[in-house]
Amino acid sequence: MFDKTLAELAAGLKTGQFSSVELTQAYLARIKAEDTKYNSFISVTDDLALEQAAAADSLIAAGDAGTFTGLPIAHKDIFCTQGVRTSCASKMLDNFISPYNATVVDKFNQAGAVTLGKTNMDEFAMGSSNESSFYGPCKNPWNTDCVPGGSSGGSAAAVSAQLTPAATGSDTGGSIRQPAALCGITGLKPTYGRVSRYGMIAFASSLDQGGPMTKTAEDAALMLNVMAGFDKRDSTSADRDVPDYTADLTKPLDGLRIGLPKEFFSGDINADIAAQTQAAIKEFEKLGATVKEVSLPNTALSIPAYYIIAPAEASSNLSRFDGVRYGYRCEDPVDLEDLYKRSRGEGFGPEVKRRILVGAYALSEGFYDAYYNKAQQIRRLIRDDFTKVLSEVDVIMGPTTPHPAFKIGEKSSDPVAMYMEDIFTLSLNLAGLPGMSIPCGTVDGLPTGLQIIGDYFAEQKLLNVAHQFQLATDWHKQSPQGI
Amino acid sequence: MSLDRTDVDKIAHLARLQIEEQDAPEYAQNLSNILDLVDQMQAIDTTNVLPMAHPLDAVQRLRSDLVTEENQRELLQSVAPAVENGLFLVPKVIE
Repeated sequence: MFDKTLAELAAGLKTGQFSSVELTQAYLARIKAEDTKYNSFISVTDDLALEQAAAADSLIAAGDAGTFTGLPIAHKDIFCTQGVRTSCASKMLDNFISPYNATVVDKFNQAGAVTLGKTNMDEFAMGSSNESSFYGPCKNPWNTDCVPGGSSGGSAAAVSAQLTPAATGSDTGGSIRQPAALCGITGLKPTYGRVSRYGMIAFASSLDQGGPMTKTAEDAALMLNVMAGFDKRDSTSADRDVPDYTADLTKPLDGLRIGLPKEFFSGDINADIAAQTQAAIKEFEKLGATVKEVSLPNTALSIPAYYIIAPAEASSNLSRFDGVRYGYRCEDPVDLEDLYKRSRGEGFGPEVKRRILVGAYALSEGFYDAYYNKAQQIRRLIRDDFTKVLSEVDVIMGPTTPHPAFKIGEKSSDPVAMYMEDIFTLSLNLAGLPGMSIPCGTVDGLPTGLQIIGDYFAEQKLLNVAHQFQLATDWHKQSPQGI
Repeated sequence: MSLDRTDVDKIAHLARLQIEEQDAPEYAQNLSNILDLVDQMQAIDTTNVLPMAHPLDAVQRLRSDLVTEENQRELLQSVAPAVENGLFLVPKVIE
């Protein structure tokens, strides 16, 4: 049962093969028995889950069920969940019981979903390895010596280890796609503004975007149908109609134009990953697609631009954690400044502090033009590169990451080495474009991801392309050994 | 770009962030490395390129000037470290 997709489980609930309570109990028991190996959950919400499952079963019995009624999922611990600890994997919010729901959580509740718990992540979503969590690193189910990627590492590991059929994630520089690639699952970062940011604890507000992490593209479409939509509580929410993301899944790919950026296949990239990406492209050619080489000349600049813009916005966003209104407060502050400084110094971990310091420096008097303004100019160059290429092709493809999962501890003492792993994912956030990662092979027993990039609001196209690949191949059906 | 101890102390003060004495050299080193990385940007000519603040060049939405939120003071203060009579408590700031 644990290998079933959301679509299959929905069918099982509808035909009465099992109840939502039975399904939920089975998953809760599996999390308890198995998650000691992975540390993919920060909180397991047994009572809430069983209450929601019972309510879902009543709806199903009354014939009032929707597609999502009774389906269990997990939320990344960045999404505020009313009455539940929402920690963002930080000591700063270890005691924070959210008084309200994120819009994404509200939408899943309204759709009748069951919340199994809150998943592990890098502290405040700052990281590519899940090692910066206050609750300890999460481990990759394919090899528990390796990182699951980050920052949505817990969501990726939990789906991969079949502790939940699907989970929410958030992506500021690759935090859905990179862990999806490293754990062998499907992840979608929608267009900036497609999914509400309300109640999704802010990291870098002009880049942050929530999205689904699932076993299949079909499941990602089901999730996005619930998550997407305009929200007046998010000042940058896109005020556009939401299509049915499952509607185009079955369209054939005849005539699909794929662009392969030469910059995504050169430089420091694992040779097997490059080869597997090419093999996946061949598969698309068999499905009727045409392929051409394209160029995104400013790809390498996405790293410096991102590592100014994201920390600058983070330093501003994280100023709200002051030890006064919620979250951690230091013991016996001597004065207000001491209260601020020690609450923040003791409440934040090293990577968060590094990024606050970089951001505060970049925004400080005399440096704004050289750093923040320059980065925002480069951001436009990167966006213009994409716009030009996407006027010639329907989708852009390449590897999601340059390397497979690395060992826990291997890069944790060298922030810059860690940042380089985000080379293929950062530029989409800077441009605001949607992107997916789907499994396309393995290297030394570790999964690798194919990234598919589309034009603004072309999520239907991405899901169609990914679904057709998954009908023709079975990389997405591979599981870690023993699972 | 290389930062020293004094720079780190100054930035940490701006960010109201306490950095432990023994951790300061490592932060100075890390930050210098990060700034070296981002200095690649300076080689690019961006004359006449408009800074891009929002991917879709969106503008701020406006709404009617009406009360739309209810008062939830008690609920929102239920997670505060120290509250009295509906007010957040902090160390004395005015003598």
